[in-house]
Amino acid sequence: MSERLILAEEQLNITLRRLSQQLIETYSNIEDTVILALQPRGTYLAQHIVKILREEFDIKIPLGLLDTTFHRDDFRRRESPKKASFTDIPFQIEGKSVILIDDVLYTGRSVRAALDAMITFGRPKKVDLLVLIDRNYSRHLPIEAKFVGKKVNTGNNQTVVVQWIEIGDASNSVKLVDE
Amino acid sequence: MSNMDNLSVDHLLGIKYITEDDIHLIFETASQFKEVINRPIKKVPSLRDLTIANIFFENSTRTRLSFELAEKRLSADVVNFSASSSSVSKGESLIDTVNNILAMKVDMVVMRHPGPGAPHLLSRHVKANIVNAGDGTHEHPTQALLDCFSIKEKHGSIQGLKVLILGDILHSRVALSNIFALKKLGAEVSVCGPNTLIPRHIRELGVQVELDLEKALRWCDVANILRIQLERQDEKFIPSLREYSRYFGVNAEKLSKLDKEITIMHPGPINRGVELSSDVADSDHSIILDQVENGVAIRMAVLYLLASKKNIESQ
Repeated sequence: MSERLILAEEQLNITLRRLSQQLIETYSNIEDTVILALQPRGTYLAQHIVKILREEFDIKIPLGLLDTTFHRDDFRRRESPKKASFTDIPFQIEGKSVILIDDVLYTGRSVRAALDAMITFGRPKKVDLLVLIDRNYSRHLPIEAKFVGKKVNTGNNQTVVVQWIEIGDASNSVKLVDE
Repeated sequence: MSNMDNLSVDHLLGIKYITEDDIHLIFETASQFKEVINRPIKKVPSLRDLTIANIFFENSTRTRLSFELAEKRLSADVVNFSASSSSVSKGESLIDTVNNILAMKVDMVVMRHPGPGAPHLLSRHVKANIVNAGDGTHEHPTQALLDCFSIKEKHGSIQGLKVLILGDILHSRVALSNIFALKKLGAEVSVCGPNTLIPRHIRELGVQVELDLEKALRWCDVANILRIQLERQDEKFIPSLREYSRYFGVNAEKLSKLDKEITIMHPGPINRGVELSSDVADSDHSIILDQVENGVAIRMAVLYLLASKKNIESQ
Protein backbone atom coordinates (compact mmCIF):
# COMPACT_ATOMS: atom_id res chain seq x y z
CA MET A 1 0.00 0.00 0.00
CA SER A 2 1.54 3.31 -1.06
CA GLU A 3 0.30 6.83 -0.60
CA ARG A 4 0.96 10.23 -2.07
CA LEU A 5 0.16 13.68 -0.67
CA ILE A 6 -2.19 15.65 -2.92
CA LEU A 7 -2.66 18.70 -0.75
CA ALA A 8 -0.39 19.57 2.17
CA GLU A 9 -1.69 21.76 4.98
CA GLU A 10 -0.46 25.03 3.50
CA GLN A 11 -1.90 24.35 0.04
CA LEU A 12 -5.14 23.13 1.59
CA ASN A 13 -5.53 26.41 3.49
CA ILE A 14 -5.04 28.39 0.28
CA THR A 15 -7.60 26.20 -1.47
CA LEU A 16 -10.15 26.61 1.33
CA ARG A 17 -9.72 30.38 1.22
CA ARG A 18 -10.10 30.44 -2.56
CA LEU A 19 -13.28 28.34 -2.40
CA SER A 20 -14.71 30.69 0.24
CA GLN A 21 -13.93 33.72 -1.92
CA GLN A 22 -15.50 32.09 -4.96
CA LEU A 23 -18.71 31.67 -2.97
CA ILE A 24 -18.74 35.36 -2.08
CA GLU A 25 -18.04 36.29 -5.69
CA THR A 26 -20.84 34.08 -7.05
CA TYR A 27 -23.61 34.72 -4.55
CA SER A 28 -24.36 38.42 -4.70
CA ASN A 29 -27.34 37.86 -2.44
CA ILE A 30 -25.57 35.90 0.26
CA GLU A 31 -28.46 36.38 2.73
CA ASP A 32 -30.56 34.02 0.65
CA THR A 33 -27.88 31.37 0.58
CA VAL A 34 -27.54 28.30 2.79
CA ILE A 35 -25.01 25.48 2.97
CA LEU A 36 -25.93 21.82 3.22
CA ALA A 37 -23.03 19.54 4.11
CA LEU A 38 -23.20 15.89 3.14
CA GLN A 39 -22.83 13.70 6.21
CA PRO A 40 -20.51 12.51 7.46
CA ARG A 41 -17.38 13.73 5.63
CA GLY A 42 -18.65 16.83 3.94
CA THR A 43 -19.37 18.33 7.34
CA TYR A 44 -15.74 19.06 8.28
CA LEU A 45 -15.04 20.82 4.98
CA ALA A 46 -18.23 22.86 5.30
CA GLN A 47 -17.36 23.88 8.85
CA HIS A 48 -13.96 25.16 7.68
CA ILE A 49 -15.55 27.20 4.90
CA VAL A 50 -18.24 28.62 7.18
CA LYS A 51 -15.52 29.59 9.67
CA ILE A 52 -13.41 31.37 7.04
CA LEU A 53 -16.47 33.25 5.75
CA ARG A 54 -17.38 34.34 9.26
CA GLU A 55 -13.93 35.19 10.65
CA GLU A 56 -12.25 36.69 7.61
CA PHE A 57 -15.15 38.18 5.69
CA ASP A 58 -17.76 38.68 8.42
CA ILE A 59 -20.34 36.72 6.41
CA LYS A 60 -22.63 34.33 8.22
CA ILE A 61 -24.14 31.52 6.15
CA PRO A 62 -26.44 29.01 7.85
CA LEU A 63 -25.03 25.46 7.84
CA GLY A 64 -27.23 22.37 7.74
CA LEU A 65 -26.16 18.73 7.84
CA LEU A 66 -27.78 16.31 5.41
CA ASP A 67 -27.59 12.54 5.68
CA THR A 68 -28.25 10.67 2.45
CA THR A 69 -28.20 7.04 3.66
CA PHE A 70 -31.90 6.31 3.17
CA HIS A 71 -31.83 7.79 -0.34
CA ARG A 72 -28.83 5.84 -1.60
CA ASP A 73 -29.25 3.62 -4.66
CA ASP A 74 -26.95 0.87 -3.33
CA PHE A 75 -29.20 -0.26 -0.46
CA ARG A 76 -29.28 -4.08 -0.46
CA ARG A 77 -26.55 -3.99 -3.10
CA ARG A 78 -23.49 -3.69 -0.87
CA GLU A 79 -21.95 -6.10 1.62
CA SER A 80 -23.25 -4.31 4.68
CA PRO A 81 -25.49 -1.26 4.86
CA LYS A 82 -24.02 2.19 5.40
CA LYS A 83 -24.71 3.44 8.86
CA ALA A 84 -26.95 6.50 8.91
CA SER A 85 -25.72 9.78 10.40
CA PHE A 86 -28.03 12.46 11.69
CA THR A 87 -29.64 15.17 9.62
CA ASP A 88 -29.92 18.64 11.13
CA ILE A 89 -31.28 21.44 8.99
CA PRO A 90 -32.34 24.23 11.35
CA PHE A 91 -33.76 26.49 8.60
CA GLN A 92 -36.09 26.47 5.59
CA ILE A 93 -34.53 25.69 2.22
CA GLU A 94 -37.66 26.64 0.26
CA GLY A 95 -36.74 29.39 -2.24
CA LYS A 96 -33.10 29.58 -1.07
CA SER A 97 -29.86 29.12 -2.98
CA VAL A 98 -28.34 25.94 -1.63
CA ILE A 99 -24.64 25.08 -1.76
CA LEU A 100 -24.13 21.34 -1.33
CA ILE A 101 -20.72 20.54 0.09
CA ASP A 102 -18.89 17.22 0.08
CA ASP A 103 -15.22 16.39 0.43
CA VAL A 104 -14.71 14.12 -2.59
CA LEU A 105 -16.72 13.83 -5.83
CA TYR A 106 -16.24 10.35 -7.24
CA THR A 107 -19.09 8.44 -8.96
CA GLY A 108 -21.65 11.16 -8.29
CA ARG A 109 -24.05 8.73 -6.62
CA SER A 110 -23.83 10.35 -3.19
CA VAL A 111 -24.67 13.70 -4.73
CA ARG A 112 -27.65 12.22 -6.55
CA ALA A 113 -28.88 10.77 -3.23
CA ALA A 114 -28.27 14.15 -1.60
CA LEU A 115 -30.40 15.94 -4.20
CA ASP A 116 -33.24 13.52 -3.45
CA ALA A 117 -32.81 13.83 0.30
CA MET A 118 -32.66 17.62 0.03
CA ILE A 119 -35.95 18.04 -1.78
CA THR A 120 -37.80 16.27 1.05
CA PHE A 121 -37.23 19.54 2.90
CA GLY A 122 -38.60 21.84 0.21
CA ARG A 123 -37.82 23.32 -3.19
CA PRO A 124 -34.69 25.48 -3.32
CA LYS A 125 -34.38 28.26 -5.89
CA LYS A 126 -31.10 26.84 -7.11
CA VAL A 127 -28.50 24.31 -6.07
CA ASP A 128 -24.75 24.27 -6.62
CA LEU A 129 -22.12 21.75 -5.66
CA LEU A 130 -18.78 22.45 -3.99
CA VAL A 131 -16.17 19.74 -3.48
CA LEU A 132 -12.60 19.74 -2.26
CA ILE A 133 -11.42 16.94 -4.56
CA ASP A 134 -12.89 16.06 -7.95
CA ARG A 135 -11.81 12.61 -9.13
CA ASN A 136 -11.61 12.99 -12.92
CA TYR A 137 -13.08 10.48 -15.36
CA SER A 138 -14.83 8.37 -12.73
CA ARG A 139 -18.41 9.63 -12.84
CA HIS A 140 -21.30 7.18 -13.15
CA LEU A 141 -23.86 9.97 -13.45
CA PRO A 142 -24.02 13.33 -15.25
CA ILE A 143 -23.09 15.35 -12.17
CA GLU A 144 -20.37 18.02 -12.01
CA ALA A 145 -19.29 20.41 -9.28
CA LYS A 146 -19.40 24.17 -9.79
CA PHE A 147 -16.64 24.84 -7.25
CA VAL A 148 -13.67 22.49 -7.13
CA GLY A 149 -10.66 22.60 -4.80
CA LYS A 150 -8.49 20.33 -6.92
CA LYS A 151 -9.03 17.94 -9.80
CA VAL A 152 -7.17 14.64 -9.49
CA ASN A 153 -6.72 11.74 -11.87
CA THR A 154 -7.28 8.53 -9.95
CA GLY A 155 -7.82 4.84 -10.57
CA ASN A 156 -10.51 2.54 -9.21
CA ASN A 157 -8.01 0.90 -6.89
CA GLN A 158 -7.16 4.21 -5.24
CA THR A 159 -8.86 6.09 -2.41
CA VAL A 160 -8.76 9.80 -1.68
CA VAL A 161 -8.44 10.44 2.04
CA VAL A 162 -9.20 13.89 3.39
CA GLN A 163 -7.72 14.36 6.85
CA TRP A 164 -8.77 16.83 9.51
CA ILE A 165 -7.13 17.55 12.85
CA GLU A 166 -10.53 17.79 14.58
CA ILE A 167 -11.23 14.10 13.95
CA GLY A 168 -7.83 12.97 15.19
CA ASP A 169 -5.69 13.11 12.05
CA ALA A 170 -2.13 14.44 12.27
CA SER A 171 -2.75 17.39 9.97
CA ASN A 172 -5.31 18.96 7.66
CA SER A 173 -4.31 17.41 4.35
CA VAL A 174 -5.39 15.23 1.45
CA LYS A 175 -3.67 12.08 0.29
CA LEU A 176 -4.15 9.46 -2.40
CA VAL A 177 -3.84 5.87 -1.21
CA ASP A 178 -3.19 2.82 -3.43
CA GLU A 179 -4.91 -0.31 -2.18
CA MET B 1 -23.24 3.14 20.42
CA SER B 2 -23.59 -0.06 18.49
CA ASN B 3 -20.37 -1.52 17.12
CA MET B 4 -22.11 -3.24 14.24
CA ASP B 5 -23.83 -2.13 11.10
CA ASN B 6 -25.95 -5.26 10.72
CA LEU B 7 -28.43 -7.13 12.90
CA SER B 8 -27.40 -10.57 14.17
CA VAL B 9 -30.78 -12.05 13.11
CA ASP B 10 -32.80 -12.40 9.89
CA HIS B 11 -36.16 -12.28 11.67
CA LEU B 12 -37.43 -10.31 14.64
CA LEU B 13 -39.21 -13.09 16.54
CA GLY B 14 -38.65 -11.79 20.03
CA ILE B 15 -36.35 -9.68 22.17
CA LYS B 16 -35.08 -12.92 23.71
CA TYR B 17 -33.26 -13.75 20.46
CA ILE B 18 -31.49 -10.45 19.80
CA THR B 19 -28.40 -8.97 21.42
CA GLU B 20 -27.85 -5.74 23.29
CA ASP B 21 -25.87 -4.53 20.27
CA ASP B 22 -28.86 -5.26 18.02
CA ILE B 23 -31.04 -3.13 20.28
CA HIS B 24 -28.59 -0.22 20.17
CA LEU B 25 -28.34 -0.45 16.39
CA ILE B 26 -32.15 -0.38 16.12
CA PHE B 27 -32.26 2.65 18.45
CA GLU B 28 -29.62 4.57 16.47
CA THR B 29 -31.41 3.86 13.21
CA ALA B 30 -34.78 4.77 14.75
CA SER B 31 -33.41 8.17 15.83
CA GLN B 32 -32.59 8.95 12.20
CA PHE B 33 -36.03 7.80 11.07
CA LYS B 34 -37.68 9.91 13.75
CA GLU B 35 -36.07 12.92 12.10
CA VAL B 36 -37.29 11.69 8.70
CA ILE B 37 -40.93 11.41 9.81
CA ASN B 38 -40.84 14.98 11.05
CA ARG B 39 -39.81 16.37 7.65
CA PRO B 40 -42.27 18.09 5.32
CA ILE B 41 -41.96 15.00 3.09
CA LYS B 42 -41.94 12.06 5.46
CA LYS B 43 -40.85 9.40 3.04
CA VAL B 44 -37.61 7.75 1.97
CA PRO B 45 -37.20 5.37 -0.98
CA SER B 46 -35.13 2.63 0.72
CA LEU B 47 -37.66 -0.23 0.49
CA ARG B 48 -39.27 0.74 -2.81
CA ASP B 49 -38.45 -2.64 -4.40
CA LEU B 50 -39.89 -4.70 -1.53
CA THR B 51 -43.40 -5.90 -0.75
CA ILE B 52 -44.49 -6.45 2.82
CA ALA B 53 -47.55 -8.41 3.95
CA ASN B 54 -49.19 -7.53 7.24
CA ILE B 55 -50.87 -10.73 8.32
CA PHE B 56 -53.08 -10.32 11.37
CA PHE B 57 -54.80 -13.37 12.81
CA GLU B 58 -55.84 -11.31 15.79
CA ASN B 59 -57.49 -7.92 15.94
CA SER B 60 -55.25 -4.92 16.12
CA THR B 61 -55.77 -1.34 15.17
CA ARG B 62 -52.80 0.66 16.36
CA THR B 63 -50.02 -1.89 15.85
CA ARG B 64 -51.18 -2.60 12.31
CA LEU B 65 -51.57 1.09 11.59
CA SER B 66 -48.10 1.79 12.97
CA PHE B 67 -46.50 -0.98 10.90
CA GLU B 68 -48.37 0.10 7.80
CA LEU B 69 -47.26 3.71 8.21
CA ALA B 70 -43.68 2.58 8.81
CA GLU B 71 -43.77 0.48 5.63
CA LYS B 72 -45.25 3.30 3.57
CA ARG B 73 -42.75 5.85 4.88
CA LEU B 74 -40.04 3.45 3.63
CA SER B 75 -41.80 3.25 0.23
CA ALA B 76 -42.52 -0.48 0.46
CA ASP B 77 -45.59 -1.93 -1.24
CA VAL B 78 -48.00 -3.10 1.41
CA VAL B 79 -50.70 -5.75 1.44
CA ASN B 80 -52.97 -6.35 4.41
CA PHE B 81 -54.50 -9.63 5.35
CA SER B 82 -56.74 -10.28 8.30
CA ALA B 83 -57.94 -13.64 9.51
CA SER B 84 -61.61 -12.81 9.77
CA SER B 85 -61.91 -12.17 6.04
CA SER B 86 -59.65 -15.01 4.95
CA SER B 87 -59.38 -18.65 4.06
CA VAL B 88 -58.16 -19.41 7.58
CA SER B 89 -61.81 -19.72 8.50
CA LYS B 90 -62.02 -22.36 5.76
CA GLY B 91 -59.43 -24.52 7.49
CA GLU B 92 -56.18 -23.65 5.69
CA SER B 93 -52.98 -24.17 7.71
CA LEU B 94 -50.74 -21.28 8.71
CA ILE B 95 -47.83 -22.34 6.51
CA ASP B 96 -50.12 -22.84 3.50
CA THR B 97 -51.71 -19.46 4.04
CA VAL B 98 -48.38 -17.68 4.22
CA ASN B 99 -46.81 -19.61 1.34
CA ASN B 100 -49.78 -18.61 -0.79
CA ILE B 101 -49.15 -14.99 0.04
CA LEU B 102 -45.42 -15.35 -0.63
CA ALA B 103 -46.15 -16.94 -4.01
CA MET B 104 -47.39 -13.50 -5.00
CA LYS B 105 -43.79 -12.26 -4.49
CA VAL B 106 -43.95 -10.89 -1.00
CA ASP B 107 -40.57 -10.27 0.63
CA MET B 108 -41.34 -9.68 4.28
CA VAL B 109 -44.11 -10.70 6.64
CA VAL B 110 -45.34 -8.84 9.69
CA MET B 111 -47.52 -11.22 11.63
CA ARG B 112 -49.74 -11.18 14.67
CA HIS B 113 -51.06 -14.55 15.79
CA PRO B 114 -52.84 -15.84 18.92
CA GLY B 115 -50.54 -18.87 19.15
CA PRO B 116 -47.23 -18.37 21.01
CA GLY B 117 -44.40 -19.44 18.71
CA ALA B 118 -46.37 -19.06 15.47
CA PRO B 119 -43.81 -16.67 13.90
CA HIS B 120 -40.99 -19.03 14.93
CA LEU B 121 -42.67 -21.90 13.12
CA LEU B 122 -43.18 -19.70 10.11
CA SER B 123 -39.57 -18.50 10.02
CA ARG B 124 -38.44 -22.11 9.66
CA HIS B 125 -40.76 -22.88 6.76
CA VAL B 126 -41.00 -19.81 4.56
CA LYS B 127 -38.52 -17.70 2.62
CA ALA B 128 -39.25 -14.26 3.98
CA ASN B 129 -38.12 -12.10 6.86
CA ILE B 130 -40.65 -12.42 9.66
CA VAL B 131 -41.45 -9.67 12.13
CA ASN B 132 -43.45 -10.77 15.13
CA ALA B 133 -46.19 -8.23 15.84
CA GLY B 134 -47.41 -10.21 18.86
CA ASP B 135 -47.72 -13.97 19.33
CA GLY B 136 -50.31 -14.87 21.97
CA THR B 137 -49.07 -14.23 25.49
CA HIS B 138 -45.46 -14.65 24.39
CA GLU B 139 -43.69 -11.62 22.89
CA HIS B 140 -44.37 -8.27 21.24
CA PRO B 141 -40.84 -7.19 20.41
CA THR B 142 -41.46 -3.91 18.59
CA GLN B 143 -43.59 -2.68 21.51
CA ALA B 144 -40.74 -3.37 23.93
CA LEU B 145 -38.27 -1.64 21.62
CA LEU B 146 -40.40 1.46 21.31
CA ASP B 147 -41.02 1.48 25.08
CA CYS B 148 -37.30 1.29 25.84
CA PHE B 149 -36.50 3.84 23.13
CA SER B 150 -39.04 6.22 24.70
CA ILE B 151 -37.56 5.67 28.17
CA LYS B 152 -34.06 6.30 26.80
CA GLU B 153 -35.22 9.48 25.10
CA LYS B 154 -36.73 10.76 28.34
CA HIS B 155 -34.02 9.63 30.79
CA GLY B 156 -30.88 9.60 28.61
CA SER B 157 -29.97 6.04 29.50
CA ILE B 158 -31.65 2.86 30.67
CA GLN B 159 -28.68 1.48 32.59
CA GLY B 160 -29.50 1.39 36.30
CA LEU B 161 -33.00 2.83 35.86
CA LYS B 162 -35.78 1.36 38.01
CA VAL B 163 -38.71 0.33 35.84
CA LEU B 164 -42.03 -0.95 37.15
CA ILE B 165 -44.37 -2.98 34.99
CA LEU B 166 -47.84 -2.87 36.47
CA GLY B 167 -50.96 -4.87 35.75
CA ASP B 168 -51.82 -8.14 34.05
CA ILE B 169 -48.34 -9.64 33.76
CA LEU B 170 -49.71 -13.17 33.24
CA HIS B 171 -51.37 -12.51 29.89
CA SER B 172 -49.05 -9.78 28.69
CA ARG B 173 -46.64 -10.22 25.80
CA VAL B 174 -45.77 -6.56 26.26
CA ALA B 175 -44.59 -7.33 29.81
CA LEU B 176 -42.44 -10.28 28.76
CA SER B 177 -40.76 -8.48 25.85
CA ASN B 178 -40.21 -5.42 28.02
CA ILE B 179 -38.58 -7.52 30.74
CA PHE B 180 -36.17 -9.06 28.22
CA ALA B 181 -35.31 -5.70 26.68
CA LEU B 182 -34.95 -3.80 29.94
CA LYS B 183 -32.74 -6.49 31.47
CA LYS B 184 -30.52 -6.53 28.35
CA LEU B 185 -30.14 -2.77 28.63
CA GLY B 186 -29.23 -2.92 32.32
CA ALA B 187 -32.41 -1.69 34.01
CA GLU B 188 -33.78 -2.98 37.31
CA VAL B 189 -37.25 -4.35 36.75
CA SER B 190 -40.15 -4.92 39.13
CA VAL B 191 -43.59 -6.22 38.33
CA CYS B 192 -46.69 -5.40 40.33
CA GLY B 193 -50.29 -6.54 40.14
CA PRO B 194 -52.82 -8.85 41.75
CA ASN B 195 -51.25 -12.15 42.78
CA THR B 196 -53.49 -14.01 40.33
CA LEU B 197 -52.03 -12.03 37.41
CA ILE B 198 -48.34 -12.55 38.29
CA PRO B 199 -46.82 -15.65 36.64
CA ARG B 200 -45.41 -18.12 39.19
CA HIS B 201 -41.85 -18.27 37.89
CA ILE B 202 -41.42 -14.65 36.86
CA ARG B 203 -38.55 -14.12 39.37
CA GLU B 204 -36.41 -16.48 37.31
CA LEU B 205 -36.21 -13.72 34.69
CA GLY B 206 -34.42 -11.56 37.23
CA VAL B 207 -37.32 -9.30 38.13
CA GLN B 208 -38.68 -8.46 41.55
CA VAL B 209 -42.33 -8.93 42.48
CA GLU B 210 -44.12 -6.32 44.55
CA LEU B 211 -47.79 -6.75 45.39
CA ASP B 212 -48.19 -3.38 47.11
CA LEU B 213 -48.65 -0.61 44.53
CA GLU B 214 -47.65 2.20 46.89
CA LYS B 215 -44.30 0.57 47.64
CA ALA B 216 -43.76 -0.20 43.98
CA LEU B 217 -44.41 3.38 42.94
CA ARG B 218 -42.09 4.70 45.63
CA TRP B 219 -39.33 2.44 44.27
CA CYS B 220 -39.55 3.17 40.55
CA ASP B 221 -38.36 5.90 38.13
CA VAL B 222 -40.67 4.75 35.33
CA ALA B 223 -44.05 3.02 35.57
CA ASN B 224 -45.24 1.12 32.50
CA ILE B 225 -48.92 0.55 33.14
CA LEU B 226 -50.48 -2.29 31.19
CA ARG B 227 -54.02 -2.48 29.97
CA ILE B 228 -56.41 -4.69 31.92
CA GLN B 229 -57.46 -6.97 29.11
CA LEU B 230 -61.21 -6.90 29.58
CA GLU B 231 -61.58 -9.65 26.99
CA ARG B 232 -59.53 -12.03 29.13
CA GLN B 233 -61.43 -11.50 32.37
CA ASP B 234 -64.04 -14.27 31.96
CA GLU B 235 -61.93 -16.50 34.15
CA LYS B 236 -62.17 -14.16 37.10
CA PHE B 237 -58.55 -13.35 37.78
CA ILE B 238 -59.75 -10.25 39.59
CA PRO B 239 -62.95 -9.83 41.62
CA SER B 240 -64.07 -6.68 39.81
CA LEU B 241 -62.72 -3.78 37.78
CA ARG B 242 -63.70 -1.48 40.62
CA GLU B 243 -61.57 -3.40 43.06
CA TYR B 244 -58.67 -3.55 40.60
CA SER B 245 -58.87 0.17 40.08
CA ARG B 246 -58.87 0.80 43.82
CA TYR B 247 -55.78 -1.31 44.55
CA PHE B 248 -53.81 -1.19 41.30
CA GLY B 249 -55.16 1.78 39.37
CA VAL B 250 -52.74 4.74 39.11
CA ASN B 251 -54.19 8.17 39.77
CA ALA B 252 -52.98 11.63 40.75
CA GLU B 253 -53.81 11.06 44.41
CA LYS B 254 -51.51 8.04 44.68
CA LEU B 255 -48.73 9.83 42.78
CA SER B 256 -49.00 12.96 44.96
CA LYS B 257 -47.91 10.87 47.97
CA LEU B 258 -44.51 10.26 46.37
CA ASP B 259 -41.65 12.68 46.95
CA LYS B 260 -40.64 12.48 43.27
CA GLU B 261 -42.04 12.52 39.77
CA ILE B 262 -42.16 9.28 37.85
CA THR B 263 -42.51 8.75 34.12
CA ILE B 264 -45.85 7.24 33.13
CA MET B 265 -46.19 4.88 30.16
CA HIS B 266 -49.01 2.84 28.70
CA PRO B 267 -49.01 0.72 25.51
CA GLY B 268 -52.62 1.64 24.79
CA PRO B 269 -55.52 1.51 24.42
CA ILE B 270 -56.14 2.93 27.90
CA ASN B 271 -59.14 1.92 29.98
CA ARG B 272 -59.43 5.37 31.49
CA GLY B 273 -60.45 5.20 35.15
CA VAL B 274 -59.50 1.53 35.45
CA GLU B 275 -55.72 1.07 35.33
CA LEU B 276 -54.93 4.74 34.76
CA SER B 277 -56.85 7.92 35.53
CA SER B 278 -57.22 10.68 32.95
CA ASP B 279 -55.39 13.32 34.99
CA VAL B 280 -52.27 11.11 35.03
CA ALA B 281 -52.58 9.86 31.44
CA ASP B 282 -52.73 13.45 30.18
CA SER B 283 -50.11 14.89 32.56
CA ASP B 284 -46.65 16.22 31.70
CA HIS B 285 -45.03 13.08 33.07
CA SER B 286 -46.91 10.84 30.69
CA ILE B 287 -44.96 9.86 27.56
CA ILE B 288 -47.82 7.83 26.11
CA LEU B 289 -48.05 9.82 22.88
CA ASP B 290 -44.26 9.80 22.47
CA GLN B 291 -44.52 6.00 22.58
CA VAL B 292 -46.95 6.12 19.68
CA GLU B 293 -44.73 8.44 17.60
CA ASN B 294 -41.62 6.40 18.39
CA GLY B 295 -43.49 3.24 17.37
CA VAL B 296 -43.38 4.25 13.72
CA ALA B 297 -39.67 5.15 13.86
CA ILE B 298 -38.77 1.89 15.64
CA ARG B 299 -40.73 -0.20 13.14
CA MET B 300 -39.08 1.64 10.24
CA ALA B 301 -35.69 0.84 11.77
CA VAL B 302 -36.52 -2.85 12.24
CA LEU B 303 -37.85 -3.25 8.70
CA TYR B 304 -34.97 -1.27 7.19
CA LEU B 305 -32.30 -3.26 9.03
CA LEU B 306 -33.90 -6.63 8.21
CA ALA B 307 -34.33 -5.61 4.58
CA SER B 308 -30.68 -4.56 4.36
CA LYS B 309 -29.76 -8.21 4.91
CA LYS B 310 -31.64 -9.27 1.79
CA ASN B 311 -28.86 -8.61 -0.67
CA ILE B 312 -30.21 -8.35 -4.18
CA GLU B 313 -27.41 -10.42 -5.75
CA SER B 314 -27.94 -13.36 -3.40
CA GLN B 315 -31.59 -13.71 -4.42
